[in-house]
Amino acid sequence: MGNLTTVWYAVGVLGALGAVFGLVLAFASRVFTVEVDPRHEAICDALPGANCGGCGSAGCAGYATAILNGAPTNKCLPGGDETAAKIADILGIEAEDVKEMVAFVRCSGGGRAKRKYTYSGIQDCLTAMNTTAGGPLTCSEGCLGFGTCVKACSFGAMSLVDGVAKVDRDVCKGCFKCVAACPKDIITMVPLLADVKIPCSNHDRGAVVRKICDAGCIGCGICAKNCPHDAILMKDNLAVIDYDKCQNCGNCVAKCPRKLIINENEQSAVRNPAS
Amino acid sequence: MSITGLISIALGAILVENFILVKFLGICPFMGVSKKMDTALGMGLAVIFVMGVASMFCYLVNAFLLVPLQLEFMQTVAYILVIAALVQFVEMFLQKMVPSLYQALGIYLPLITTNCAVLGVALLNTQGKYNFIESVIYGITGGIGFTVAILLFSSIRERLDSTADYPEAFEGFPIALISAGLLSLAFMGFSGLKIW
Repeated sequence: MGNLTTVWYAVGVLGALGAVFGLVLAFASRVFTVEVDPRHEAICDALPGANCGGCGSAGCAGYATAILNGAPTNKCLPGGDETAAKIADILGIEAEDVKEMVAFVRCSGGGRAKRKYTYSGIQDCLTAMNTTAGGPLTCSEGCLGFGTCVKACSFGAMSLVDGVAKVDRDVCKGCFKCVAACPKDIITMVPLLADVKIPCSNHDRGAVVRKICDAGCIGCGICAKNCPHDAILMKDNLAVIDYDKCQNCGNCVAKCPRKLIINENEQSAVRNPAS
Repeated sequence: MSITGLISIALGAILVENFILVKFLGICPFMGVSKKMDTALGMGLAVIFVMGVASMFCYLVNAFLLVPLQLEFMQTVAYILVIAALVQFVEMFLQKMVPSLYQALGIYLPLITTNCAVLGVALLNTQGKYNFIESVIYGITGGIGFTVAILLFSSIRERLDSTADYPEAFEGFPIALISAGLLSLAFMGFSGLKIW
């Protein structure tokens, strides 16, 4: 075979291969087209795109699919009312109000909580719990302060203050990531506009709590008795606020003998946008 | 072709001459999609699938088109063409016909089109003068070797991200590259392994 013939063969074979593959692909794209609902893309654009998973679906695209299959439109906490309204607009239905929730760490022990021993292992809550019998705190439901939740937060809303994780409610988007990350299960969701909070999760009896933590709820029930709205319940030696009833009056804050209940009203930009 | 020969090819592709850790092919997905174990597994399965199918088609193109026309020197170009078209076709096919599989592998398939491990397996099949069955076995087991390596590495990286203690300057890719090097050294231990 001469040199030139080889060149022609090569050109011919590759050209033919390319042409055949091209035709097959063109044909396949006709045969295998998948109908995509145009609203799906519109909803994806309306969602914030943080892929936080707070709605319960895997990412924003997953939530858009779920909405088209009939899921409620008010599940996106980072997007808030604005996003819910946009989605409702796309679907042509009535907008539902989003109940904004933020995370809250139910512990304020930190330096005021007693320690069983000095822990100097890997700085991670789960590791500390698994390797050293529940972690270095005497309180079995106290924040260990290694910042596993801080690392989990995609929005930079969490920080460690005096050995306890704190949520900045002005930044928190309510995605539940810290709630899932906390191995002690002491982070809960509270309404964005709730000011009065009880930062303790210990269920031990009062005498025990007094010994192990200076910032623990002793379950005396004074706050519950003094609440004008019956919003505080005593559950297993721990005061818990029912936010459906709480009016943020702050009575309990003044009455608590341990000075434990906090009122975030004064410090928050949610309430005082000017400051 | 004896069964022992096939087993020998399989073990060689998975352990002794692991595509990533010994041949250093397909490093980009190895570094890129190994942060979480689920995504690493998805990528691994997609690679097994594509490498198997690609070895099959590349063998056919080589044996029935390039060799008879004495165009072996065009192998690289022809294989790239075959692989690119094939992956596109498979993606479209899966999306329509097997949506569940598409959900699992879909986002990884386009990434694999340009993966050098896939082109590598096709060229190594030709170099090793493997027949059709041997080619397919080599492709699939090469993919399994890729999956083993990326799964091992992703478990290491998950730990690096959460709990491991290392100097701050190594944060991110530097520590990942060092761990990959150590993993690769460990796989060197298989190099003495010989079967039949």
